[in-house]
Amino acid sequence: MLLQVEALAYGYGDRIVGSGVSFDVAAGEVLCLLGPNGGGKTTLFKTMLGLLPARAGRIRLDGSDLGRLSRTEIARAMAAVSQAHAAYFPFTVREMVVMGRASRLGPFAAPGRADMAAAERALATLGIGHLAGAVYTEISGGERQLALIARALSGEPRFLIMDEPTASLDFGNQARVLGQIRRLARAGIAVLFSTHDPGHALLCADRVIALHDGRLAACGPAAETVTPALLRQIYGVDVVVAPVPGIAAPICAPVID
Amino acid sequence: MSREPAVAAGAARTQRSLRVSAALLAGAALLMLSVLALAVGRYPVPLADLANVLGHRLFGLPGRVPAPVETVVMQVRLPRVVAALVVGAALSAAGATYQGLFRNPLVSPDILGVSAGAGLGAVLGIYLGLPVAPIQALAFLGGLGAVAAVYGVGLAVRRHDPVLTLVLAGVAVGAVLGAGISLLKVMADPYNQLPAITFWLLGSLSSVTLGDVGAVLPMMLLGLAPLVLLRWRMNLMSLGDEEARALGVETRILRPVLIAGATLVTAAAVSMTGVIGWIGLIVPHIARLLVGPDYRRLLPASLILGAGYLLTVDLIARTAGTIEVPLGILTALVGAPFFLWLLAAGRGRVG
Repeated sequence: MLLQVEALAYGYGDRIVGSGVSFDVAAGEVLCLLGPNGGGKTTLFKTMLGLLPARAGRIRLDGSDLGRLSRTEIARAMAAVSQAHAAYFPFTVREMVVMGRASRLGPFAAPGRADMAAAERALATLGIGHLAGAVYTEISGGERQLALIARALSGEPRFLIMDEPTASLDFGNQARVLGQIRRLARAGIAVLFSTHDPGHALLCADRVIALHDGRLAACGPAAETVTPALLRQIYGVDVVVAPVPGIAAPICAPVID
Repeated sequence: MSREPAVAAGAARTQRSLRVSAALLAGAALLMLSVLALAVGRYPVPLADLANVLGHRLFGLPGRVPAPVETVVMQVRLPRVVAALVVGAALSAAGATYQGLFRNPLVSPDILGVSAGAGLGAVLGIYLGLPVAPIQALAFLGGLGAVAAVYGVGLAVRRHDPVLTLVLAGVAVGAVLGAGISLLKVMADPYNQLPAITFWLLGSLSSVTLGDVGAVLPMMLLGLAPLVLLRWRMNLMSLGDEEARALGVETRILRPVLIAGATLVTAAAVSMTGVIGWIGLIVPHIARLLVGPDYRRLLPASLILGAGYLLTVDLIARTAGTIEVPLGILTALVGAPFFLWLLAAGRGRVG
């Protein structure tokens, strides 16, 4: 098993946001994390990445306790894709993407030819090779999100954690990012992503984890787990989940007055 | 498809040769500027005499120039030129480093209180009537002590964002040190000590000796070493603590190492010349406009530009008027309008 989360409690400082969370991730598997705003999705991700200490329980990466691994060891296996942000300095997309190689380089080393090639490959995988020379702060939000995914991929991780990768993207870019997640899984990379759209879970996740009130509300295969009852429980609204002819995954829409 | 990597490799080669020639050009310009600075002044030295003095003193060639000329070149101008190059380069590299660490292009090497600490140390030395060397030592220790205090507060507070905590601690500690400086100014003898204090706080290269430069140079090199060696990692540090850690950078080790390096460099520079403002803020900006934000190029560019900038400003300081204008005044007078122009003209590229 690539990653095991066992009876994990997580939070900031004195505040415990969630506890008793257990699940695991296998190679090439896509997991989708659902939960309401402020439900602790980002905090859980940060704890899984080792950026915040586990408050109880443990996380195992390839069987080893995450707390005992160095940042470099963790980053080689797991890469994070944060929400597209504005950088402070006008790096080019190529400079930004090659930073994903940091975990593969010694502290005094600068990226060499092989690292630049890995960055170019990652850009090509995402179909944004033409943006390599563009300035990261001047491209669109969707392009930035793709560049951040490319940065994560350039380090050749086995597990990608993506915090709301489709937030703030237009309809087309959302579909492109979801398609990309499926392609990564086919290449053997495990992906855990969070979203506010349960439809995305049905579209591209193998399994779904749902957080509610700091607890794991559900964990199971997407089609069986994303039910009106679960969505009612975590979001507090009535939802229709219905199959549509011609579409593989059922669609999911809220009922509004 | 198969041709693309070859094209990319070719482009990379062209870029690299372009970079090498740019570096050579910058080095040559710096050398010419240094020669000019040695020759120009209240007592002009012809280039032939200058060459003779340097050849005589540096390579043991026969000297034929009158002793006063040699004194002007070797005792007066050479220390100033060397100090200007070294201090300008040092402050600019420290500024570039701090700007990246604090993800803020408006940060100068003073951000963690090094100048305020060095200022208090030097002012205390002047107030106590100490000779030059102990004043410099007090300034150096004051600079290091101030940053150590700020860093200690940052560690003790342990809020979520360690970088923001450091900045706020720097503001607070700086205010206390500034109050101490003001207090000593009030208590100081207004005829002898107060002018000395004022001049020290405005910075000057006029009384620098080669011995001073020799004393601070090892500390500067020691401080510069981590900045230069870790300069690619600085790119990652400039993304912020969390992102850098997620990418595999041990920021808890790297940040203190980089802060220690930049602080050592700044304290060494300031202890020799007094507080010279603005240069550490503005030179990294110019460098960023010229070579982009990648520290692999930004740091060397800052070093070279900073050396040239301070040399030029010092040249203006000692030739422009009948009295020598303190450097701190000139760097601000030259720097601030230029900075405003950059803000207006440079658009997003500035940061």
